[in-house]
Amino acid sequence: MTTAIDSRRLAMHHKRKRINAIALTLSLGAMSFGVFWLIWILFETIYQGIGGLSWATFTQMTPPPQSEGGGLANALFGSFLMVTLATLVGTPVGILAGVYLAEYGQKTWLGSAVRFINDIMLSAPSIVIGLFVYALVVAKMHSFSGLAGSLSLALLVIPVVIRTTENMLNLVPNALREAAYALGTPKWKVILAITLKAARAGVITGILLALARVSGETAPLLFTALNNQFWSTDLTRPMANLPKTIYDFAMNPDQHLQQIAWAGVFLITVGVLLLNILARVLFKNKH
Amino acid sequence: MDAKIETSLSERAKLSVRNLNFFYGSFHALKNINLDIPEKKVTAFIGPSGCGKSTLLRTLNRMFELYPEQRAEGEILLDGENILESKDDVSLIRAKVGMVFQKPTPFPMSIYDNIAFGVKLFETLPRVEMDERVEWALKKAALWTEVKDKLNQSGAGLSGGQQQRLCIARGIAIKPEVLLLDEPCSALDPISTGKIEELIHELKSDYTVAIVTHNMQQAARCSDYTAYMYLGDLIEFGPTAELFMKPKRKDTEDYITGRFG
Repeated sequence: MTTAIDSRRLAMHHKRKRINAIALTLSLGAMSFGVFWLIWILFETIYQGIGGLSWATFTQMTPPPQSEGGGLANALFGSFLMVTLATLVGTPVGILAGVYLAEYGQKTWLGSAVRFINDIMLSAPSIVIGLFVYALVVAKMHSFSGLAGSLSLALLVIPVVIRTTENMLNLVPNALREAAYALGTPKWKVILAITLKAARAGVITGILLALARVSGETAPLLFTALNNQFWSTDLTRPMANLPKTIYDFAMNPDQHLQQIAWAGVFLITVGVLLLNILARVLFKNKH
Repeated sequence: MDAKIETSLSERAKLSVRNLNFFYGSFHALKNINLDIPEKKVTAFIGPSGCGKSTLLRTLNRMFELYPEQRAEGEILLDGENILESKDDVSLIRAKVGMVFQKPTPFPMSIYDNIAFGVKLFETLPRVEMDERVEWALKKAALWTEVKDKLNQSGAGLSGGQQQRLCIARGIAIKPEVLLLDEPCSALDPISTGKIEELIHELKSDYTVAIVTHNMQQAARCSDYTAYMYLGDLIEFGPTAELFMKPKRKDTEDYITGRFG
């Protein structure tokens, strides 16, 4: 027998089910819209990129227009060198600053100020960083250089690493810190041996993500490293790099150069993808 | 409190609290506490949530100093020396007064290193002696037989009760004189609780133990002395049997019989 309260409950139940169905449809729609473009980009990159890929891509220098052959060896090396240097400079600075924010300057005005400025740095357009380094280094040294390129990339790495380090350290339960202090551990040792260690996977993930972000940046290299058609390991001179080469070759009417640009796009995408996967695997093992 | 509380006991006092007041910012959390914690006995602190029993425990190893807005006034004498005004580094006080917390807190390292970590802070031992110390501490904490074959595995992989015993072993390994236990069983199942209570019994032959507990049966089972606190005041303190069988104050009786709390 259905009473009044039962039928009211049933009506509410049906209403909730309808709302649920609408919400589910909307969110599925939004998701597929996003994923659709992403997959298309990936597909296009792989399709066009693999075609341009050959052994020469890794062994030969970037070719001048209207010439046969050529590859990306110098650009790959330049990008690798500058990104590595930027990470080597940016990581310790970022981790130390993140440690300061999470462990020392949590409630100080300096901490809040640094955190605020870092948030701005985090969302600053990378072209601004590029121009800044141009004015600071390139204009003073009267030459574009790999060093200036590395510096502008490092300035992009730092805020990302600061933010992730601070967040990951904040995730470490205070009980763990207290337990370490309760044994008579000095503060520097608590941070080094306990909290940073507990947050290690997260911090490394942050570094990898910063690396991934920076390796595709073009704007900060436009006015700093510029480009170089030849093999060069001299950091005080203009240095070849993937993003700028892609930019130049993709804009070139020469079909052959366009193909090389696609190969470069493919290599960057695969690199970033691998870094992201590595970051995920590392983080997952710990959590 | 107006009434004089009987705090001087016949045993030798390991820790003496004198006119202790404690503040969280402007909040007065402990009000003129006086009591003696006798040597090589178990002293339990009971009372409803927020009564200040954990706060009191955290003054005994100056743990509160981690938080700048907290401060203590008065004296805490460890073997007659005021630790609140000690010139010694706080690390040395904490080496003498160990602490185990409510939730197990294994460090992110192997079981072996969890124990060795604290020891290395104060002593440089050759490998063999360190091995012996680790084994000794784990045996003392009744954990050795369960972990002896996996000392190199992470401490986080142990069960909650094992983790808590690991934390006790870690505390014992640096050979403290006093062990503070802040609700050490509240996150554990009854079997693990039983093991820890047995352990507390064993520990008091070597250490002075102070335990905060919400569980009155636990206080009755494993302590020699009990202090009942309420709203920052020490209401009654005395031998556990006396306090539970014939409490001197009506407030205490109401709390332990469950009429209030």
